[in-house]
Amino acid sequence: MIRLSIPMREALEKLSLPLLIAAAFALMLAGRLDAPLAGRARMALADALTPVYAAFTAPMRRIEGALVEVRQLWNLRAENARLRAENATLRRWQAVALALEAENAKLKSALHWIPEPGVPFVTARAVADAGGLYDRAVLVALAPGIKVHVGAIALDAHGLVGRVTEAGRQSARVLLITDLNSRIPVRLGPGGVRAILAGTNTPEPELLYWPAGTAPKEGEQVVTSGVAGAFPPGLPVGTVHYGRSGVPRVALAAALARLGILRLFDYRLHGVLPPGMTRRGRARLAVGARHGN
Amino acid sequence: MEIERTPGIRPQPTLWRQFDALGRQSFPALGTALGMLAIAAPLGLPGQAELLPGFALAAVFFWSVFRPAAMPPAMVFMLGLFADLLGFAPLGVRVLILLFTYGLALRWRRRLASQQFAVVWLAFVVVAAGAAGLEWGLDSLLSLRALPPAPALFEFALAAGLYPPLAAVLTRAHRGIAAWERA
Repeated sequence: MIRLSIPMREALEKLSLPLLIAAAFALMLAGRLDAPLAGRARMALADALTPVYAAFTAPMRRIEGALVEVRQLWNLRAENARLRAENATLRRWQAVALALEAENAKLKSALHWIPEPGVPFVTARAVADAGGLYDRAVLVALAPGIKVHVGAIALDAHGLVGRVTEAGRQSARVLLITDLNSRIPVRLGPGGVRAILAGTNTPEPELLYWPAGTAPKEGEQVVTSGVAGAFPPGLPVGTVHYGRSGVPRVALAAALARLGILRLFDYRLHGVLPPGMTRRGRARLAVGARHGN
Repeated sequence: MEIERTPGIRPQPTLWRQFDALGRQSFPALGTALGMLAIAAPLGLPGQAELLPGFALAAVFFWSVFRPAAMPPAMVFMLGLFADLLGFAPLGVRVLILLFTYGLALRWRRRLASQQFAVVWLAFVVVAAGAAGLEWGLDSLLSLRALPPAPALFEFALAAGLYPPLAAVLTRAHRGIAAWERA
């Protein structure tokens, strides 16, 4: 240890706080100017913590499973009755779906329809909440050797969940569609009326900017639209729902409060670049898209 | 090296004793970091994201008032950075807030250390209100728009409510596990 005179040491101690405060300001500026650097630092920490989190979620899931089972046993009779009714409805719908499928196949063959190529996807488990005070995001754990690209689209079993904004080696961060910064072009109902789905940090995002005279109707289906090349068209989002405030909101199909397994689809759409993506990053993405895969 | 300056009879500085002293000395910072890690874990509790900054603030405030030697400013900086990275917050905001908290706590500690608990709590509530306001202002500035103030208010309420139970636990630690006079 270096021996310093007492006045010297006192002066150093007095100086350290202002210096560190200046360093904090510098850090803020650096984080703002070089967003990818901040993202990399965060993902490095998230990568290191993901195995710990994943180990942590396993017993939590078991406890949750046991609780769900108890509740199911409790509600067995009511659930059974509900399922019988639902099954009857679904059987009717099945007949309709089979007829439509046959008709669809006939029409496609008449049009010489070229089927769209399948989209590669990976399955990953949401292990932790990666949101902050003003963000709604989750962290997903990736199996070793699996790579996910920024911009990949996350769906759960029922509908759209969000987009990958930061990708690490063992984890990726998915920004949810409920986030304050999320703006998604959507289409409403059978007419395909365009609107924007805007996150509000609440469980139900708002609808904005629909054309005059075509106000969203309660219960209308909401799907993504391909406008701006940010999302592929036709992904299920949810249904229109009017709350007490009279603002049209969307009851999401995906269960965002209880995210388990997510599918991350790589559509290779780069209509919207993540914040901080440089021109070089854009070029690299373009090269990747050209090579396919 | 603190110990050498005061003359007196003291036990042999064996390796185990040095380890013990080191453990006790690093308990405040290490305990705070581990607590933050535990709060960031996926427990599925509501309000976890808002609790993380409140916990860091309360722990840094407590140790800065009652044991500033174990919470040097460089450590406060590192804890702030850890909170920023862990909470996916804009870099530097919580670093700055914790450093300001440290500075204020250090300035007030002569008067606070001898006061009743309620007075210390009140001082913390004032600090937490300032911290929530500063966080809201800086986050708004960094994202270039006015963010809704409700989450910051919620964070402030959580921090203020967390302080009494946390202080009860940390006071015990302060006299027991973290007391290096006992090493």
